[in-house]
Amino acid sequence: MKDAITEAAARQIEVALVGAPNCGKTALFNALTGSSQRVGNFSGVTVERKAGIATTPEGRRMTVIDLPGTHSLRARSLDEEVTRDVVLGQRDGEARPDFLLVVADATNLRGALRLVTELKRAGLPLMLVLNMIDIARHRGIEIDEDAMAKALGVPVVSATAVRRAGMEALWARLDEILAAGVAAPGPMQWTPPTTGELRRALHAADDVIAQTVRLPELPHTFSTRVDRVLLNPVAGPIVLLMLLFAMFQAVFAGAAPAMDLISEGFGWLGAVFAAILPAGLIESFVVDGVIGGVGSVLVFLPQILILFTFILILEDLGYMARAAFLMDRLMGGAGLHGRAFIPLLSSFACAIPGIMATRVIDDRRDRLTTILVAPLMTCSARIPVYTLIIAAFVPKTTVLGGIGLQGLVMFGLYAAGITSALAVSAVTRLLFRRGELAAPLMMDLPDYKMPQARSILLGIWQRARMFLKRAGTTIFLAMVAIWLLATFPMPPDGATGPAIEYSFAARLGHLIEPLMAPVGFGWEICMALITGMAAREVAVAGLATVYAVGGTETTGHIASALSQQWSLATALAFLAWYVFAPQCISTLAVIRREAGGPRYMWIALGYMMALAWIAAFITYNVTAFLMGAG
Amino acid sequence: MQHTAPDGTTRVLGTERKGFRGRLARIETTEGIGRLPAEEQERRLIELGFVEGAVLEVLHEGPIGRDPIAVRVGSAMVALRRSDAMAILARPD
Repeated sequence: MKDAITEAAARQIEVALVGAPNCGKTALFNALTGSSQRVGNFSGVTVERKAGIATTPEGRRMTVIDLPGTHSLRARSLDEEVTRDVVLGQRDGEARPDFLLVVADATNLRGALRLVTELKRAGLPLMLVLNMIDIARHRGIEIDEDAMAKALGVPVVSATAVRRAGMEALWARLDEILAAGVAAPGPMQWTPPTTGELRRALHAADDVIAQTVRLPELPHTFSTRVDRVLLNPVAGPIVLLMLLFAMFQAVFAGAAPAMDLISEGFGWLGAVFAAILPAGLIESFVVDGVIGGVGSVLVFLPQILILFTFILILEDLGYMARAAFLMDRLMGGAGLHGRAFIPLLSSFACAIPGIMATRVIDDRRDRLTTILVAPLMTCSARIPVYTLIIAAFVPKTTVLGGIGLQGLVMFGLYAAGITSALAVSAVTRLLFRRGELAAPLMMDLPDYKMPQARSILLGIWQRARMFLKRAGTTIFLAMVAIWLLATFPMPPDGATGPAIEYSFAARLGHLIEPLMAPVGFGWEICMALITGMAAREVAVAGLATVYAVGGTETTGHIASALSQQWSLATALAFLAWYVFAPQCISTLAVIRREAGGPRYMWIALGYMMALAWIAAFITYNVTAFLMGAG
Repeated sequence: MQHTAPDGTTRVLGTERKGFRGRLARIETTEGIGRLPAEEQERRLIELGFVEGAVLEVLHEGPIGRDPIAVRVGSAMVALRRSDAMAILARPD
């Protein structure tokens, strides 16, 4: 049996970071924990939980946990509830931290100082970190740390999380605190503050600022000047639109060289294996099933990463809140909250983080509507499908003086996704939410900040790793399953048609074909749609395998195979189907979890399937009619 | 159209145009105007810095219907819909 002292020494001190969104909390977390972080979820909810080990210069170790951003313990959203429950020690499966680091944006102290007064009542020992002190000093803000510490009754230290030298003072203070031993928590006295208490706390914060901070004559001139353009009623929306357009052109044109490289790499790999393996089933499995299938999905990694790069940079710049400001009225017209803009924009990358980001919307009904329409935004997994069909059927010419036609069609597909999301939400509002009062829009517009290369690269790397992991597991398994379905049973001796005609895949495809015939989908497409349920991009790989096994695909360019086999009407109907179709099991699972039950998952599945079928039906018949008439 | 509150000296922030400067006189939230209970609406405004005496300036107006507005509150900038800003009464400078 261990005695109490060694047990206490063996237990690592747990430090939690608390602070408002945009105070540089994540940058500080990265600076403290370096590469030791583990990203997971808080038990029972999809709120991201980041934890890591920090080692001080004197070699002491502590666990650091990054709590979701919050303005107060008076939680209004799921994220903020998690922070409150952890801080108050009310969260099952989550130990109460030993020590709080309250992170403040040194250029905007008021809210953080109020948060400190609130957190002091929670009873945990804490220290205030004035983060981004370099920016504050640059702006001429002078803070007397000692006086502030005295006024607040808690230790205060300045830091610049994004510079190594900026962390020295904080590390030294952490060493001091750990050496002396963290104080035992005091009594928990926190109660939700009344309006009177809130006022007093803010006035007290203002008093502390008046005594300890010297503000420059002209505050934040840079952001003010930039906003004169970016929030201008005319220039603002134009810049936003240009940004989005540039993003899609970059995704389409900028990624091409890297994609060619990956595609050639896999082609070469396939040729190598084809040469060394004996012809037959094994060769077919490795070359067509594994290399061909996984390669046809991996080739889209550059496009997905470019899209994420744009989103991460805009987020770190502080532009996203501005975009929400510009879009609020437009979104409001469609019955959406201005804050829904950020989750919807994230959904361009993937609906899963987008749906999770809806937690910033505190009104439940607004949030549910956003969750239901988020999958209509064109996620990056649709890019492979769109790219393939566009490459096969849209000529590579320029129109209107240098705009690529292919990029334009892509832009149109994105526009269709956005329009339909707004339309669905507007219809929901008209049918089910008549006479509802508007929820408020109140949000901080933070100062612009230079994005840090390190945090952007870290974010991109995390997305890349997620995609590669998917490619290595879900997509790989789906590919093996598709290959098996497309290969067995083998054709009888003396059969004349292509081998695939005899396979399970063909039978499955033929089974659904009658349902899809009105929209112009043959059994090959039906089969790709089934396999695409695992992940949208698998449909492309599915088509690749079906056509490779079917024997028409010769050069490894499935696009050319498609352009010979499909009519234009079918191709366009396929695109229309993909604008709407709920082709992703993980998204449905997240909807179920975030909406708190299966009901909304079924609603999403049903309405998207219906829209997809109708859209494909109209597209197919109108195109066929026009082609026939032309 | 600008609204002067019944007391004759304060103006309603929700109807002010870009360029308005003043100090916050008081918050008067009304039950049944928005989806939130009046007290909660008031608490949220306070949390964003809207307390008596705060220096206010309407810096930007949204592109459609001049809504929402971006307001400087002390040293921070906050976006809010005009309907939410109706609860804020300010004394012009």
